[in-house]
Amino acid sequence: MSACAAVAIEVDGLEKRFGALTAVAGLSFSVRPGEIFGLVGPDGAGKTTAMRMLASVMRPDAGRIVIDGIDVLASPEQAKSHISYMPQRFGLYEDLTVDENIRFYADLFDVPARVWQARAEKLLAAADMTPFRRRLAGQLSGGMKQKLGLACSLVHTPKVLLLDEPTTGVDPLSRREFWQILYSLRSEGVAMLISTAYLDEAERCDRIAMLNAGTMMYCDTPAALKERMPGAMLEIITPDPRAAHDAVRGLPGVRGVLMVGTGIHVHVDSGERRTQIAAALTAAGIGIESLEEVAPSIEDLFLALLEQDGAGEGG
Amino acid sequence: MADSSPMQIVVDGLVKRFGAFTALDGISFGVAHGEIMGFLGPNGAGKSTLIRILCGLLRPSAGRALVAGIDVAGDPEAVRRRIGYMSQKFSLYGDLSVVENLRFFGGIYGVSEAEMPERLRFAVDMAGLTGREDALVATLAGGWKQRLALGAAILHRPAILFLDEPTSGVDPGSRRRFWNLIHALSEEGVSILVSTHYMDEAEYCHRIALINRGRLVALGTPLELKQHSLGGELLALEGERIGEAIAPLARAPGVRDVAMFGNALHVLVDQAALRLPALLALLAGSGIADGRGRRIDPSLEDSFVHLVAAKLPPTEVAS
Ligand SMILES: Nc1ncnc2c1ncn2[C@@H]1O[C@H](COP(=O)(O)OP(=O)(O)OP(=O)(O)O)[C@@H](O)[C@H]1O
Ligand SMILES: Nc1ncnc2c1ncn2[C@@H]1O[C@H](COP(=O)(O)OP(=O)(O)OP(=O)(O)O)[C@@H](O)[C@H]1O
Ligand SMILES: [Mg+2]
Ligand SMILES: [Mg+2]
Repeated sequence: MSACAAVAIEVDGLEKRFGALTAVAGLSFSVRPGEIFGLVGPDGAGKTTAMRMLASVMRPDAGRIVIDGIDVLASPEQAKSHISYMPQRFGLYEDLTVDENIRFYADLFDVPARVWQARAEKLLAAADMTPFRRRLAGQLSGGMKQKLGLACSLVHTPKVLLLDEPTTGVDPLSRREFWQILYSLRSEGVAMLISTAYLDEAERCDRIAMLNAGTMMYCDTPAALKERMPGAMLEIITPDPRAAHDAVRGLPGVRGVLMVGTGIHVHVDSGERRTQIAAALTAAGIGIESLEEVAPSIEDLFLALLEQDGAGEGG
Repeated sequence: MADSSPMQIVVDGLVKRFGAFTALDGISFGVAHGEIMGFLGPNGAGKSTLIRILCGLLRPSAGRALVAGIDVAGDPEAVRRRIGYMSQKFSLYGDLSVVENLRFFGGIYGVSEAEMPERLRFAVDMAGLTGREDALVATLAGGWKQRLALGAAILHRPAILFLDEPTSGVDPGSRRRFWNLIHALSEEGVSILVSTHYMDEAEYCHRIALINRGRLVALGTPLELKQHSLGGELLALEGERIGEAIAPLARAPGVRDVAMFGNALHVLVDQAALRLPALLALLAGSGIADGRGRRIDPSLEDSFVHLVAAKLPPTEVAS
């Protein structure tokens, strides 16, 4: 039955409460084979809780989860063999070496030696960790541990991958290598659910779901989500982004200001505010190298949508 | 003991070996009063090792570290009273509540009972945990734990702050608030050494120290790094299946480096205007029909990738 499943993950009305707190409230979505589905949302939105239920590490209070045709709540053990789950804090054996850790996970999932050895070699090379295969995991740097956790999670290839913030603490070069690996898994038909705090990674997903306070607010492709951006986004390049940020904040029609390296992104109710904003900056003695209306990034969107729904930041 | 140097942090020829492995290989730089120094480098470069030496938690194999004018190896206790340290590794107690953790760290750092209530309120508020003061830390979401750890590190108003990847796993809204706080502290004169893997955050630092395999490979303002570290001009090339053009491009005259950035290739050349036409022709010749390109200003990520990926001689690393 699993061979012809048109959906790899199906979640329907998922709910989890901790006492008075509803951490996940009526979550529904589905992920196709060969799809990278991103979960984003502010700290505490319920991403980890949702993932833990999918991985059958935690039982939901209500709802249904079907993975690769298997009802997860009815047959959790059977479902587990179709899943690889990388928790937000992966458990490595600190007194085992890099190789021994990988081997441990390979054995756990009965991966034949030839298969896991070849795969480990590829994964460690991508992580730039080949020279450290015999180092104890406890002596690795933070990011190296994270990458070892990833290698352990990917050493067997199930049909469904659940990755909870897999690239936290991973350097920019390794993050690229890692995404190349995800793309090749995608072309092999693996379904991936991935949460991330790096919104440039959300941009790389086929679809993303935005969670807030346990509720799904939006779910679509990155491009379609950007179409929903209310108002317009102005990009202002300036020698002093911090001063520009403070000068623009609070002007009429300005909904949010985001510093972006060499300038600021100003979320406005309409693109026509540009002359007004330029005048305000000039009056404050702040130089403008350029001022243009631009397509929003997912990060712009994330902040704008949260603001709009009244869940924005306090300060 | 006196604060004779204008530099609040001085790193002078620091070396750290773990057995046969050299984690820090002679690093020198300084951090001024009120300066925010961004600390970048790939995984395993030696950032946490250096920060731990500066906090007096690890002894250097050679070289010297001064913090607030004090030799760290000579008097680690005196140093620890003046600094705040946020470890990359989670350091709070999961079985204590938010407020109990803060009280505990406040006690260690010598916050007086008279000052404690105000400092606790400040830290809880900064972490966005008002109303959850009694929640067990183990039940907090990852990003909140991180914010709480920062609160604990600045509870006693230290003059020097070591932040080791303080925002990793923290959502974009909180990261912004967090950096506003870092800037406010810097304006009060606090010196800050902060490691990060977010290039947008590196842009907000006064200066950046970039290390690779235990060595300092760049030191300067974000602007200086972007303008001078590449040693050439940058072209962005796009097109269907552009990835297939990497190898031929790398061999073309004038090309110094080729790297994939999202869906585009960033190509480092000696002179952009001079090389662009030939490279576009090369794309067409490689079967990329819709190839297009333009000159772009380098980002910090370009500098990082270039400085770090620069093919170094193979290292003989022991276990
Ligand atoms: N075991 C638990 N007991 C009580 N509350 C919990 C427990 N686990 C999670 N929570 C609460 O549930 C909510 C959702 O937490 P969760 O860890 O799923 O968020 P998240 O989206 O993964 O956040 P982050 O991005 O910071 O990791 C939070 O308010 C958290 O404090
Ligand atoms: N106790 C130890 N024994 C042996 N090697 C060690 C020990 N501690 C650290 N190392 C090694 O020193 C190097 C530098 O580690 P460090 O933690 O300083 O890196 P980092 O720059 O902080 O990396 P990351 O970005 O991943 O946090 C790594 O190769 C690490 O494995
Ligand atoms: Mg989480
Ligand atoms: Mg580190």
